Amino acid sequence: MTATLTISWLTKRFGPVEALSQVSLQVQAGQRVALLGHNGAGKSTMMKIILGLIPATEGEVTVCGAAPGSAAARAQVAYLPENAAFHPALAGEEQIRLFLSLRGERPAQARDLLARVGLHDAAGRRIGTYSKGMRQRVGLAQALIGRPRLLVLDEPTSGLDPVSRRDFYALLDDLAAEGASVLLSSHALTEVEARTDRILILSRGRLVTQGTLPELRHEAALPVQFLVTPAPGQADTLAAALAATPGPDGILRLTAPQGDKLAALARIAGLGAAVADLDVIPPSLEDIYSHFSRRDGQ
Amino acid sequence: MRAILATAGAEFRIALRNRWVVIAVALMVVFSLVLAAAGAAPTGDVGVDRLSVIVASLTSLAIYLLPLLALLIGFDAVAGEVERGTLPLLLAYPVSRLEILIGKFAAHLVILVLAVVLGYGAAGVAAIATDPRAGAGLPALVRLGWSSVLLGATFLGAAYALSALSRRPSGAAGLAIGLWLLFVVLYDLGLLAMVVADGGGALTTHVLPVALLANPADAFRLFNLAASGAVGAASGMGAAAASIALWKSALSVAIWPVITLALAWAAFRRVTP
Repeated sequence: MTATLTISWLTKRFGPVEALSQVSLQVQAGQRVALLGHNGAGKSTMMKIILGLIPATEGEVTVCGAAPGSAAARAQVAYLPENAAFHPALAGEEQIRLFLSLRGERPAQARDLLARVGLHDAAGRRIGTYSKGMRQRVGLAQALIGRPRLLVLDEPTSGLDPVSRRDFYALLDDLAAEGASVLLSSHALTEVEARTDRILILSRGRLVTQGTLPELRHEAALPVQFLVTPAPGQADTLAAALAATPGPDGILRLTAPQGDKLAALARIAGLGAAVADLDVIPPSLEDIYSHFSRRDGQ
Repeated sequence: MRAILATAGAEFRIALRNRWVVIAVALMVVFSLVLAAAGAAPTGDVGVDRLSVIVASLTSLAIYLLPLLALLIGFDAVAGEVERGTLPLLLAYPVSRLEILIGKFAAHLVILVLAVVLGYGAAGVAAIATDPRAGAGLPALVRLGWSSVLLGATFLGAAYALSALSRRPSGAAGLAIGLWLLFVVLYDLGLLAMVVADGGGALTTHVLPVALLANPADAFRLFNLAASGAVGAASGMGAAAASIALWKSALSVAIWPVITLALAWAAFRRVTP
């Protein structure tokens, strides 16, 4: 596999403040990578360094085999800034035509691009009249221009309704299938969980962990939760057997470490008819995320 | 080239919608016509054609109005992008900062050319319609036209430089007005004070010519008055104009746009989005 983006020992300081410290990572061709972190964790700073908008203090960044910000890198990288903004006096179509020309593409594709993000009907209206979600979609449309090998998307789905979000991830799947790499930041953990290949977690400028969701789940070793619904009249027996007190809804909540999952399951199954129902809940990405963020002292 | 043209096209469209095109053209046409009407009075006595007299008045108008228009059109160029948050995305595109700057400059220059051509054109038509000899003043009007555009270009470059330096539209606007006051109003007052205090000494003979050439607005005035000697006598600056060779003021008028645009580029390169 070829790496579209390679970052080695990247450090960025703003005066005495260390925004990023010794971050190393790779993004392979065709990979969709989610960058998670609190506000101020260094996500946007890292993206701006990848784009060559601000220089790194230390470390090395290679984008599509070139230096960040070089003509070769910029020609192959698409960017969607957080809260995408455009000149309010231009119509959506005019703005996209300008961006197409700046990338050396035919301006006539503007309507098609806007149609791909569901803005066909508003293409002739000035961006000043657009809602936040519509501006965000103009931003997505410009990120699709040409055939970028790397898409850097800073909170791409903020301001989008659920249906638009689904359409957006479908677009990303198409791009990734064609070999484009995607690096996106998001606070919407559930959608990231389902639609990306790898997850990076930044905390206070340090990359605290990276991997696929199962890998992170394994590394975090968070306990599994069991929800046991007692059969009618069996609540007390069950509570005594499992050493747990039922909640106000009558359901017993148990936790077990990852390694003891099957043993716990066997113990509950062994109670036979006293159990009416059983749900096994693995740790969610939210749990894993707070585990890694908190471990770093937050 | 394509990037420059596309940027210029978008910028011109924005200026059109922000009414800058209409404002610039309307101001130039109205003031030019007023001066054309007012400039009719001294014609008979001085013995020059009506248009040459009007050109002298238009020169004074251009010195005040064109730098102001250029600064007003240009102050938002970089600071506006910074404030709207559009700059990071623009700079992530495969287009150089110089291309962006030239694109904006091309669009803004077209506005100034439109304003100058329509404004002076209106004055020219009005003069020729009322004085058959006015055709003799046409070369002076044409010279005033292209040197006015160069004067505007100088202050466009200055506006971009201030815009890139201040990074906030409000700050850039304040600096732009300050620059206009300094170069167009205060500078001449300062020189006047110097000449009065010096009483025809070394300052007046050696420093004054250099000081006049160093200010784009004064160089523009010198160039237009020296080039048409007939009206120079009527302006009070005739003596100064006569003592400075025409090529010097012409060179100053031509080189100032290059200087301010280079400054603007240098300032823009230092802006981190």
